[in-house]
Amino acid sequence: MAKVGIIGVGQSKFVRAFNGSIRELAFEAFKEAMEDAQLTAPQIDATIVCSAPEYDKQRSPSGVFAEYFGLNPQPTCYVESLCSSSTTGVRLAYSLVKSGLHDVVLVAGFQKMSEISSAESQERMGRGADIQWESPFGTMMPSYYAMFARGHMAKYGTTSEDLALIRLKSSIYSALNEKAMVRKPLNPEAFQDPANPLNNPISSPLLVRDCCANADGASCIIVASEKKARALSARPVWIKGLGSASASVNLVGRDHFHGLAAAEEAARQAYRMARIKPADVDVAEVHDCFTIAELMAYENLGFAKPGEGVELIRAKETYKEGRIPVNVDGGLLSKGHPIGATGGSQVRTIVLQLRGEAGPMQVKDASIGLVHNIGGVGIYANVMILGRE
Amino acid sequence: MAEREIDNRFCKFGTVSFTGLTRVNDFIDYLEQGKVMGTECKDCGQKYFPPRADCCKSLASDMEWFEVTGPGTLLSFSTLSYAPVGFGPELPYTIAVVGYGEYKVFGRIDKSIPVEALSVGMKLKTTACRLSEGKVSYVFQAA
Repeated sequence: MAKVGIIGVGQSKFVRAFNGSIRELAFEAFKEAMEDAQLTAPQIDATIVCSAPEYDKQRSPSGVFAEYFGLNPQPTCYVESLCSSSTTGVRLAYSLVKSGLHDVVLVAGFQKMSEISSAESQERMGRGADIQWESPFGTMMPSYYAMFARGHMAKYGTTSEDLALIRLKSSIYSALNEKAMVRKPLNPEAFQDPANPLNNPISSPLLVRDCCANADGASCIIVASEKKARALSARPVWIKGLGSASASVNLVGRDHFHGLAAAEEAARQAYRMARIKPADVDVAEVHDCFTIAELMAYENLGFAKPGEGVELIRAKETYKEGRIPVNVDGGLLSKGHPIGATGGSQVRTIVLQLRGEAGPMQVKDASIGLVHNIGGVGIYANVMILGRE
Repeated sequence: MAEREIDNRFCKFGTVSFTGLTRVNDFIDYLEQGKVMGTECKDCGQKYFPPRADCCKSLASDMEWFEVTGPGTLLSFSTLSYAPVGFGPELPYTIAVVGYGEYKVFGRIDKSIPVEALSVGMKLKTTACRLSEGKVSYVFQAA
Protein backbone atom coordinates (compact mmCIF):
# COMPACT_ATOMS: atom_id res chain seq x y z
CA MET A 1 0.00 0.00 0.00
CA ALA A 2 1.41 3.38 -1.03
CA LYS A 3 2.41 5.65 1.82
CA VAL A 4 1.75 9.37 2.29
CA GLY A 5 4.58 11.62 3.38
CA ILE A 6 5.29 15.11 4.64
CA ILE A 7 7.91 16.84 2.50
CA GLY A 8 7.85 20.41 3.77
CA VAL A 9 7.11 22.22 7.03
CA GLY A 10 7.04 25.87 8.00
CA GLN A 11 5.95 28.12 10.82
CA SER A 12 5.89 31.84 11.49
CA LYS A 13 7.21 33.07 14.80
CA PHE A 14 4.35 32.98 17.32
CA VAL A 15 3.85 36.49 18.66
CA ARG A 16 1.43 38.42 20.85
CA ALA A 17 0.42 40.75 18.01
CA PHE A 18 1.54 40.29 14.41
CA ASN A 19 2.21 43.59 12.68
CA GLY A 20 0.58 42.78 9.37
CA SER A 21 -2.40 41.15 7.68
CA ILE A 22 -3.43 37.48 7.80
CA ARG A 23 -2.18 36.82 4.28
CA GLU A 24 1.22 38.22 5.24
CA LEU A 25 1.26 36.16 8.42
CA ALA A 26 0.37 32.98 6.52
CA PHE A 27 2.98 33.79 3.88
CA GLU A 28 5.78 33.52 6.46
CA ALA A 29 4.91 29.87 7.11
CA PHE A 30 4.16 29.18 3.42
CA LYS A 31 7.53 30.56 2.31
CA GLU A 32 9.38 28.47 4.89
CA ALA A 33 7.56 25.25 3.93
CA MET A 34 8.07 25.83 0.19
CA GLU A 35 11.77 26.50 0.72
CA ASP A 36 12.00 23.50 3.03
CA ALA A 37 10.47 21.26 0.34
CA GLN A 38 12.24 23.14 -2.46
CA LEU A 39 9.01 23.41 -4.42
CA THR A 40 7.56 26.03 -6.75
CA ALA A 41 3.90 27.02 -6.88
CA PRO A 42 2.93 24.89 -9.94
CA GLN A 43 4.02 21.78 -8.02
CA ILE A 44 1.24 22.30 -5.43
CA ASP A 45 -1.92 20.52 -6.62
CA ALA A 46 -4.34 21.87 -4.00
CA THR A 47 -4.46 23.99 -0.84
CA ILE A 48 -6.41 23.50 2.39
CA VAL A 49 -6.68 26.56 4.64
CA CYS A 50 -7.47 26.11 8.34
CA SER A 51 -8.45 28.46 11.18
CA ALA A 52 -11.16 29.00 13.75
CA PRO A 53 -13.42 31.39 11.87
CA GLU A 54 -14.83 33.31 14.84
CA TYR A 55 -11.61 35.33 15.06
CA ASP A 56 -11.34 36.09 11.37
CA LYS A 57 -12.56 39.33 9.88
CA GLN A 58 -11.92 37.91 6.42
CA ARG A 59 -14.62 35.51 5.27
CA SER A 60 -13.45 32.48 3.30
CA PRO A 61 -9.69 33.09 3.65
CA SER A 62 -8.78 30.14 1.39
CA GLY A 63 -9.38 32.22 -1.75
CA VAL A 64 -7.30 35.10 -0.42
CA PHE A 65 -4.39 32.82 0.48
CA ALA A 66 -4.42 30.92 -2.83
CA GLU A 67 -4.17 34.27 -4.61
CA TYR A 68 -1.44 35.64 -2.31
CA PHE A 69 0.57 32.39 -2.46
CA GLY A 70 0.37 32.38 -6.28
CA LEU A 71 -1.58 29.11 -6.24
CA ASN A 72 -4.35 29.93 -8.73
CA PRO A 73 -5.90 28.12 -10.55
CA GLN A 74 -5.36 25.08 -8.28
CA PRO A 75 -8.30 24.16 -6.07
CA THR A 76 -8.48 25.49 -2.51
CA CYS A 77 -10.91 25.08 0.37
CA TYR A 78 -11.32 25.87 4.04
CA VAL A 79 -11.71 23.52 6.98
CA GLU A 80 -12.21 24.06 10.69
CA SER A 81 -12.50 22.04 13.88
CA LEU A 82 -11.71 24.80 16.40
CA CYS A 83 -8.19 24.40 17.86
CA SER A 84 -7.59 21.16 15.91
CA SER A 85 -8.32 22.75 12.53
CA SER A 86 -4.90 22.29 10.97
CA THR A 87 -4.52 18.60 11.87
CA THR A 88 -7.98 18.14 10.39
CA GLY A 89 -6.49 19.83 7.32
CA VAL A 90 -3.58 17.36 7.27
CA ARG A 91 -6.06 14.48 7.65
CA LEU A 92 -7.99 15.73 4.62
CA ALA A 93 -4.75 16.26 2.68
CA TYR A 94 -3.83 12.65 3.48
CA SER A 95 -7.13 11.40 2.07
CA LEU A 96 -6.88 13.58 -1.06
CA VAL A 97 -3.42 12.15 -1.72
CA LYS A 98 -4.25 8.59 -0.72
CA SER A 99 -7.28 8.60 -3.03
CA GLY A 100 -5.05 9.56 -5.93
CA LEU A 101 -6.99 12.74 -6.59
CA HIS A 102 -3.89 14.89 -5.92
CA ASP A 103 -0.17 14.26 -5.50
CA VAL A 104 0.91 17.29 -3.45
CA VAL A 105 -1.41 19.15 -1.06
CA LEU A 106 -0.47 22.18 1.03
CA VAL A 107 -2.12 22.77 4.42
CA ALA A 108 -1.97 26.36 5.72
CA GLY A 109 -3.14 27.05 9.27
CA PHE A 110 -3.30 30.49 10.80
CA GLN A 111 -4.86 32.69 13.46
CA LYS A 112 -4.57 36.38 14.18
CA MET A 113 -6.17 36.77 17.57
CA SER A 114 -4.77 40.18 18.41
CA GLU A 115 -7.43 42.15 16.57
CA ILE A 116 -10.00 41.55 19.29
CA SER A 117 -9.79 42.05 23.07
CA SER A 118 -9.05 39.15 25.42
CA ALA A 119 -12.56 39.29 26.94
CA GLU A 120 -14.08 39.34 23.49
CA SER A 121 -11.91 36.44 22.38
CA GLN A 122 -12.95 34.45 25.47
CA GLU A 123 -16.57 35.11 24.65
CA ARG A 124 -16.08 34.04 21.04
CA MET A 125 -14.10 31.01 22.14
CA GLY A 126 -16.93 30.21 24.54
CA ARG A 127 -19.25 30.19 21.54
CA GLY A 128 -17.33 27.14 20.36
CA ALA A 129 -19.31 25.48 23.16
CA ASP A 130 -23.11 25.10 23.26
CA ILE A 131 -24.47 28.63 22.73
CA GLN A 132 -28.04 27.58 23.43
CA TRP A 133 -27.59 25.74 26.73
CA GLU A 134 -24.14 26.57 28.16
CA SER A 135 -23.07 30.07 27.05
CA PRO A 136 -26.05 31.84 28.76
CA PHE A 137 -24.43 30.83 32.09
CA GLY A 138 -21.28 32.84 31.28
CA THR A 139 -18.86 30.10 30.32
CA MET A 140 -15.41 30.50 28.81
CA MET A 141 -12.81 28.02 27.65
CA PRO A 142 -10.70 28.00 30.86
CA SER A 143 -13.81 27.21 32.91
CA TYR A 144 -14.52 24.10 30.85
CA TYR A 145 -10.99 22.75 31.28
CA ALA A 146 -11.23 23.79 34.94
CA MET A 147 -14.17 21.40 35.29
CA PHE A 148 -11.89 18.61 34.06
CA ALA A 149 -9.11 19.72 36.41
CA ARG A 150 -11.61 19.54 39.28
CA GLY A 151 -12.74 16.11 38.13
CA HIS A 152 -9.15 14.84 37.88
CA MET A 153 -8.26 16.24 41.30
CA ALA A 154 -11.38 14.75 42.90
CA LYS A 155 -10.78 11.29 41.41
CA TYR A 156 -7.00 11.00 41.63
CA GLY A 157 -5.81 13.57 44.17
CA THR A 158 -3.92 15.63 41.57
CA THR A 159 -2.80 19.01 42.94
CA SER A 160 -2.31 22.51 41.61
CA GLU A 161 1.41 22.07 42.33
CA ASP A 162 1.48 19.02 40.01
CA LEU A 163 -0.04 21.12 37.25
CA ALA A 164 2.55 23.86 37.85
CA LEU A 165 5.30 21.34 37.02
CA ILE A 166 3.87 21.11 33.50
CA ARG A 167 3.98 24.88 33.11
CA LEU A 168 7.55 24.90 34.37
CA LYS A 169 8.61 22.30 31.78
CA SER A 170 6.95 24.23 28.96
CA SER A 171 8.79 27.41 29.89
CA ILE A 172 12.15 25.62 29.93
CA TYR A 173 11.68 24.34 26.37
CA SER A 174 10.11 27.44 24.86
CA ALA A 175 13.29 29.25 25.89
CA LEU A 176 15.07 26.93 23.41
CA ASN A 177 12.54 27.51 20.60
CA GLU A 178 13.26 30.57 18.49
CA LYS A 179 9.69 30.48 17.12
CA ALA A 180 8.10 30.58 20.59
CA MET A 181 6.23 33.55 22.02
CA VAL A 182 7.54 33.28 25.61
CA ARG A 183 11.32 32.88 25.77
CA LYS A 184 12.04 33.36 29.46
CA PRO A 185 12.19 30.19 31.57
CA LEU A 186 10.20 30.38 34.80
CA ASN A 187 11.75 30.02 38.21
CA PRO A 188 9.82 27.45 40.30
CA GLU A 189 9.91 29.94 43.18
CA ALA A 190 7.53 32.11 41.17
CA PHE A 191 4.77 29.59 41.92
CA GLN A 192 5.20 30.14 45.66
CA ASP A 193 4.86 33.92 45.52
CA PRO A 194 1.25 35.01 46.07
CA ALA A 195 2.06 38.45 44.66
CA ASN A 196 3.11 36.94 41.32
CA PRO A 197 0.27 37.40 38.82
CA LEU A 198 0.96 33.88 37.51
CA ASN A 199 -0.78 32.63 40.65
CA ASN A 200 -3.95 34.67 40.23
CA PRO A 201 -7.14 32.65 39.88
CA ILE A 202 -8.82 32.37 36.48
CA SER A 203 -11.44 29.69 36.93
CA SER A 204 -10.93 27.43 39.94
CA PRO A 205 -8.91 25.32 40.28
CA LEU A 206 -6.99 26.79 37.32
CA LEU A 207 -4.70 29.78 37.81
CA VAL A 208 -3.10 32.11 35.28
CA ARG A 209 -0.07 29.79 35.20
CA ASP A 210 -2.25 26.91 34.00
CA CYS A 211 -3.44 28.71 30.87
CA CYS A 212 -1.83 29.27 27.48
CA ALA A 213 -1.81 32.76 26.05
CA ASN A 214 -3.48 33.89 22.84
CA ALA A 215 -1.02 34.34 20.00
CA ASP A 216 -0.81 35.27 16.35
CA GLY A 217 0.83 32.72 14.12
CA ALA A 218 0.77 30.53 11.03
CA SER A 219 1.91 27.04 10.08
CA CYS A 220 2.29 25.22 6.79
CA ILE A 221 2.60 21.50 6.03
CA ILE A 222 3.14 19.98 2.57
CA VAL A 223 1.78 16.46 2.12
CA ALA A 224 2.74 14.25 -0.85
CA SER A 225 2.19 10.81 -2.32
CA GLU A 226 4.94 8.25 -1.73
CA LYS A 227 6.09 8.48 -5.34
CA LYS A 228 6.30 12.29 -5.27
CA ALA A 229 7.76 12.32 -1.77
CA ARG A 230 10.59 10.01 -2.80
CA ALA A 231 11.19 11.99 -5.99
CA LEU A 232 11.09 15.44 -4.38
CA SER A 233 12.45 14.94 -0.88
CA ALA A 234 15.68 13.53 0.53
CA ARG A 235 14.09 13.07 3.96
CA PRO A 236 10.33 12.58 3.85
CA VAL A 237 8.53 11.81 7.10
CA TRP A 238 5.68 9.33 6.74
CA ILE A 239 2.16 9.55 8.11
CA LYS A 240 1.85 6.14 9.74
CA GLY A 241 -1.35 6.49 11.72
CA LEU A 242 -4.33 8.82 11.83
CA GLY A 243 -7.09 8.82 14.42
CA SER A 244 -9.97 11.23 14.76
CA ALA A 245 -13.01 11.31 17.02
CA SER A 246 -15.64 13.59 18.49
CA ALA A 247 -17.56 13.99 21.73
CA SER A 248 -20.62 15.93 22.81
CA VAL A 249 -20.27 19.70 22.79
CA ASN A 250 -22.38 20.15 25.93
CA LEU A 251 -20.62 18.77 28.98
CA VAL A 252 -23.83 17.00 30.01
CA GLY A 253 -23.06 14.47 27.28
CA ARG A 254 -19.72 13.42 28.83
CA ASP A 255 -19.42 10.25 30.89
CA HIS A 256 -16.75 11.63 33.19
CA PHE A 257 -14.59 14.70 33.92
CA HIS A 258 -11.11 13.25 34.38
CA GLY A 259 -10.14 12.68 30.75
CA LEU A 260 -11.17 13.29 27.14
CA ALA A 261 -12.96 10.32 25.61
CA ALA A 262 -12.48 11.60 22.04
CA ALA A 263 -8.70 11.73 22.57
CA GLU A 264 -8.69 8.14 23.84
CA GLU A 265 -10.66 6.98 20.81
CA ALA A 266 -8.50 8.92 18.33
CA ALA A 267 -5.36 7.48 19.96
CA ARG A 268 -6.71 3.92 19.69
CA GLN A 269 -7.37 4.40 15.98
CA ALA A 270 -3.95 5.94 15.32
CA TYR A 271 -2.00 3.24 17.20
CA ARG A 272 -3.97 0.52 15.41
CA MET A 273 -3.35 2.03 11.98
CA ALA A 274 0.37 2.54 12.70
CA ARG A 275 0.62 -0.88 14.37
CA ILE A 276 2.51 0.51 17.32
CA LYS A 277 2.02 0.79 21.08
CA PRO A 278 2.26 3.92 23.22
CA ALA A 279 5.66 2.73 24.47
CA ASP A 280 6.99 2.86 20.88
CA VAL A 281 6.57 6.65 20.70
CA ASP A 282 9.90 8.49 20.98
CA VAL A 283 8.61 12.07 21.13
CA ALA A 284 5.14 13.61 21.39
CA GLU A 285 3.44 16.94 20.88
CA VAL A 286 0.23 17.16 22.91
CA HIS A 287 -2.46 19.82 23.10
CA ASP A 288 -1.56 21.63 26.33
CA CYS A 289 -3.92 24.60 26.02
CA PHE A 290 -4.09 24.21 29.81
CA THR A 291 -1.76 22.30 32.13
CA ILE A 292 -4.54 19.84 32.94
CA ALA A 293 -4.90 19.14 29.22
CA GLU A 294 -1.31 17.86 29.03
CA LEU A 295 -1.80 15.73 32.13
CA MET A 296 -4.97 14.16 30.69
CA ALA A 297 -3.13 13.60 27.40
CA TYR A 298 -0.47 11.48 29.17
CA GLU A 299 -3.27 9.17 30.29
CA ASN A 300 -5.53 9.36 27.22
CA LEU A 301 -2.58 8.49 24.95
CA GLY A 302 -1.52 5.57 27.13
CA PHE A 303 1.82 7.04 28.24
CA ALA A 304 0.57 6.53 31.80
CA LYS A 305 -2.29 4.60 33.34
CA PRO A 306 -5.37 6.63 34.37
CA GLY A 307 -4.49 8.63 37.47
CA GLU A 308 -0.74 8.04 37.09
CA GLY A 309 0.06 10.87 34.69
CA VAL A 310 1.35 12.98 37.57
CA GLU A 311 4.12 10.42 38.13
CA LEU A 312 5.49 11.19 34.66
CA ILE A 313 5.86 14.90 35.28
CA ARG A 314 7.01 14.52 38.89
CA ALA A 315 9.81 12.17 37.70
CA LYS A 316 10.56 14.41 34.70
CA GLU A 317 9.85 11.47 32.37
CA THR A 318 8.29 13.89 29.86
CA TYR A 319 11.44 16.01 29.73
CA LYS A 320 13.75 15.71 26.72
CA GLU A 321 15.92 13.06 28.39
CA GLY A 322 12.97 11.20 29.91
CA ARG A 323 11.09 8.05 28.91
CA ILE A 324 8.58 9.92 26.71
CA PRO A 325 9.51 13.54 25.90
CA VAL A 326 6.39 15.69 25.54
CA ASN A 327 6.15 19.24 24.18
CA VAL A 328 9.86 19.89 24.16
CA ASP A 329 9.19 22.89 21.90
CA GLY A 330 7.36 24.77 24.69
CA GLY A 331 3.89 23.53 23.81
CA LEU A 332 0.83 25.73 23.59
CA LEU A 333 1.44 26.96 27.13
CA SER A 334 4.65 28.81 26.29
CA LYS A 335 5.21 28.59 22.53
CA GLY A 336 1.75 30.16 22.14
CA HIS A 337 -1.60 28.97 20.79
CA PRO A 338 -2.72 30.66 17.58
CA ILE A 339 -5.75 28.36 17.24
CA GLY A 340 -5.76 27.44 13.55
CA ALA A 341 -1.95 27.30 13.31
CA THR A 342 -1.36 25.10 16.35
CA GLY A 343 -1.82 21.60 14.89
CA GLY A 344 0.47 22.40 11.96
CA SER A 345 3.08 23.74 14.36
CA GLN A 346 2.90 20.49 16.35
CA VAL A 347 3.35 18.48 13.14
CA ARG A 348 6.31 20.67 12.16
CA THR A 349 8.00 20.07 15.51
CA ILE A 350 7.64 16.29 15.16
CA VAL A 351 8.86 16.34 11.54
CA LEU A 352 11.97 18.30 12.59
CA GLN A 353 12.52 15.85 15.47
CA LEU A 354 12.31 12.84 13.16
CA ARG A 355 14.68 14.44 10.67
CA GLY A 356 17.14 15.22 13.48
CA GLU A 357 16.79 18.94 12.81
CA ALA A 358 15.26 20.12 16.08
CA GLY A 359 18.46 21.83 17.26
CA PRO A 360 18.65 22.36 21.03
CA MET A 361 15.23 20.68 21.41
CA GLN A 362 16.35 17.48 19.64
CA VAL A 363 15.37 14.19 21.27
CA LYS A 364 18.11 11.61 20.69
CA ASP A 365 17.38 9.06 17.92
CA ALA A 366 13.69 9.93 17.61
CA SER A 367 12.15 7.72 14.92
CA ILE A 368 8.45 7.65 15.85
CA GLY A 369 6.56 10.79 16.87
CA LEU A 370 2.98 11.52 17.89
CA VAL A 371 0.77 14.59 17.54
CA HIS A 372 -2.33 15.04 19.77
CA ASN A 373 -4.42 18.07 18.77
CA ILE A 374 -7.75 18.84 20.44
CA GLY A 375 -10.60 21.11 19.34
CA GLY A 376 -12.73 22.70 22.04
CA VAL A 377 -12.87 20.78 25.31
CA GLY A 378 -12.38 17.45 23.58
CA ILE A 379 -15.21 18.05 21.11
CA TYR A 380 -12.77 17.16 18.35
CA ALA A 381 -9.62 15.07 18.73
CA ASN A 382 -6.95 14.27 16.14
CA VAL A 383 -4.03 11.96 16.87
CA MET A 384 -1.34 11.44 14.24
CA ILE A 385 1.66 9.13 14.27
CA LEU A 386 4.64 10.04 12.12
CA GLY A 387 7.72 7.97 11.39
CA ARG A 388 11.04 8.01 9.60
CA GLU A 389 10.31 4.65 7.97
CA MET B 1 -49.26 27.28 23.01
CA ALA B 2 -50.64 29.63 20.36
CA GLU B 3 -48.61 30.07 17.18
CA ARG B 4 -46.72 33.34 17.18
CA GLU B 5 -45.32 35.06 14.16
CA ILE B 6 -41.78 35.05 15.57
CA ASP B 7 -41.50 32.86 18.62
CA ASN B 8 -38.30 34.13 20.20
CA ARG B 9 -39.15 33.30 23.80
CA PHE B 10 -35.73 31.70 24.24
CA CYS B 11 -34.17 35.20 24.26
CA LYS B 12 -35.24 35.27 27.91
CA PHE B 13 -32.94 32.41 28.91
CA GLY B 14 -29.91 33.22 31.04
CA THR B 15 -27.92 36.40 31.63
CA VAL B 16 -27.04 36.71 27.95
CA SER B 17 -28.92 34.56 25.48
CA PHE B 18 -27.22 33.84 22.16
CA THR B 19 -30.19 32.34 20.37
CA GLY B 20 -33.92 33.13 20.32
CA LEU B 21 -35.50 30.59 18.06
CA THR B 22 -35.86 26.98 19.09
CA ARG B 23 -38.59 24.37 18.93
CA VAL B 24 -38.29 23.77 22.66
CA ASN B 25 -39.35 27.31 23.54
CA ASP B 26 -41.97 25.99 25.97
CA PHE B 27 -38.98 25.39 28.27
CA ILE B 28 -39.15 29.15 28.99
CA ASP B 29 -42.86 29.05 29.91
CA TYR B 30 -42.20 26.17 32.27
CA LEU B 31 -39.31 28.09 33.87
CA GLU B 32 -41.67 31.03 34.40
CA GLN B 33 -44.02 28.60 36.17
CA GLY B 34 -41.12 27.49 38.39
CA LYS B 35 -40.47 24.19 36.64
CA VAL B 36 -37.23 22.94 35.06
CA MET B 37 -38.22 20.55 32.29
CA GLY B 38 -36.52 18.13 29.94
CA THR B 39 -38.01 16.16 27.07
CA GLU B 40 -38.66 12.44 26.71
CA CYS B 41 -39.12 10.65 23.39
CA LYS B 42 -42.64 9.20 23.22
CA ASP B 43 -41.37 6.56 20.83
CA CYS B 44 -38.33 5.11 22.66
CA GLY B 45 -38.48 6.71 26.11
CA GLN B 46 -35.05 8.37 25.88
CA LYS B 47 -34.85 11.34 28.27
CA TYR B 48 -33.03 14.52 27.28
CA PHE B 49 -31.71 17.41 29.30
CA PRO B 50 -31.32 20.01 28.01
CA PRO B 51 -34.60 19.38 26.19
CA ARG B 52 -34.49 18.47 22.52
CA ALA B 53 -37.18 18.65 19.84
CA ASP B 54 -35.85 15.57 18.08
CA CYS B 55 -34.72 12.14 19.25
CA CYS B 56 -31.48 10.96 17.62
CA LYS B 57 -32.13 7.35 18.69
CA SER B 58 -35.61 6.80 17.21
CA LEU B 59 -35.48 9.75 14.77
CA ALA B 60 -38.91 10.71 16.12
CA SER B 61 -39.88 14.30 16.88
CA ASP B 62 -42.80 13.50 19.15
CA MET B 63 -41.61 14.47 22.61
CA GLU B 64 -43.24 14.99 25.97
CA TRP B 65 -42.00 17.13 28.83
CA PHE B 66 -40.80 15.76 32.17
CA GLU B 67 -39.79 17.72 35.25
CA VAL B 68 -36.25 17.64 36.68
CA THR B 69 -36.91 16.95 40.34
CA GLY B 70 -35.15 15.76 43.45
CA PRO B 71 -31.48 15.69 44.34
CA GLY B 72 -28.70 15.13 41.83
CA THR B 73 -24.97 14.65 42.36
CA LEU B 74 -22.40 17.41 41.82
CA LEU B 75 -20.00 15.97 39.23
CA SER B 76 -17.71 18.96 38.70
CA PHE B 77 -17.65 22.73 39.17
CA SER B 78 -15.53 25.84 38.66
CA THR B 79 -15.69 29.34 40.09
CA LEU B 80 -14.87 32.01 37.53
CA SER B 81 -12.73 35.01 38.41
CA TYR B 82 -12.96 36.41 34.88
CA ALA B 83 -16.03 36.49 32.71
CA PRO B 84 -16.94 36.83 29.08
CA VAL B 85 -18.44 40.13 27.84
CA GLY B 86 -21.79 40.78 29.52
CA PHE B 87 -21.24 38.60 32.60
CA GLY B 88 -18.69 40.73 34.51
CA PRO B 89 -21.11 42.23 37.08
CA GLU B 90 -22.06 38.72 38.25
CA LEU B 91 -18.50 37.65 39.18
CA PRO B 92 -17.53 35.53 40.96
CA TYR B 93 -19.95 32.78 39.97
CA THR B 94 -19.73 29.00 39.88
CA ILE B 95 -20.71 26.78 36.97
CA ALA B 96 -21.35 23.10 37.50
CA VAL B 97 -22.61 19.81 36.11
CA VAL B 98 -25.10 17.87 38.23
CA GLY B 99 -25.84 14.24 37.41
CA TYR B 100 -29.29 12.68 37.59
CA GLY B 101 -28.35 9.22 36.34
CA GLU B 102 -30.19 9.11 33.03
CA TYR B 103 -29.23 12.69 32.22
CA LYS B 104 -27.10 15.56 33.50
CA VAL B 105 -27.77 19.27 33.98
CA PHE B 106 -25.31 22.09 33.24
CA GLY B 107 -25.86 25.36 35.11
CA ARG B 108 -24.79 27.64 37.93
CA ILE B 109 -24.61 27.01 41.64
CA ASP B 110 -26.69 29.38 43.77
CA LYS B 111 -24.59 31.96 45.59
CA SER B 112 -26.31 30.98 48.86
CA ILE B 113 -23.89 28.03 49.01
CA PRO B 114 -20.38 29.19 49.95
CA VAL B 115 -17.71 28.03 47.50
CA GLU B 116 -15.77 26.42 50.36
CA ALA B 117 -18.75 24.18 51.09
CA LEU B 118 -18.75 22.69 47.58
CA SER B 119 -17.34 19.25 46.88
CA VAL B 120 -17.67 16.72 44.08
CA GLY B 121 -20.26 14.13 45.06
CA MET B 122 -22.48 16.40 47.18
CA LYS B 123 -26.24 16.49 46.56
CA LEU B 124 -27.84 19.50 44.88
CA LYS B 125 -31.28 20.19 43.43
CA THR B 126 -32.16 22.15 40.30
CA THR B 127 -34.51 25.11 40.84
CA ALA B 128 -36.05 27.59 38.42
CA CYS B 129 -35.18 31.24 39.10
CA ARG B 130 -35.90 34.74 37.85
CA LEU B 131 -33.12 37.11 36.77
CA SER B 132 -33.35 40.87 36.21
CA GLU B 133 -35.17 42.38 33.23
CA GLY B 134 -37.69 39.56 32.93
CA LYS B 135 -35.10 36.91 32.19
CA VAL B 136 -35.30 33.41 33.59
CA SER B 137 -32.87 30.58 34.38
CA TYR B 138 -32.29 27.81 36.88
CA VAL B 139 -29.74 27.28 39.66
CA PHE B 140 -28.41 24.44 41.75
CA GLN B 141 -29.35 24.75 45.42
CA ALA B 142 -28.67 22.69 48.53
CA ALA B 143 -30.78 19.52 48.36
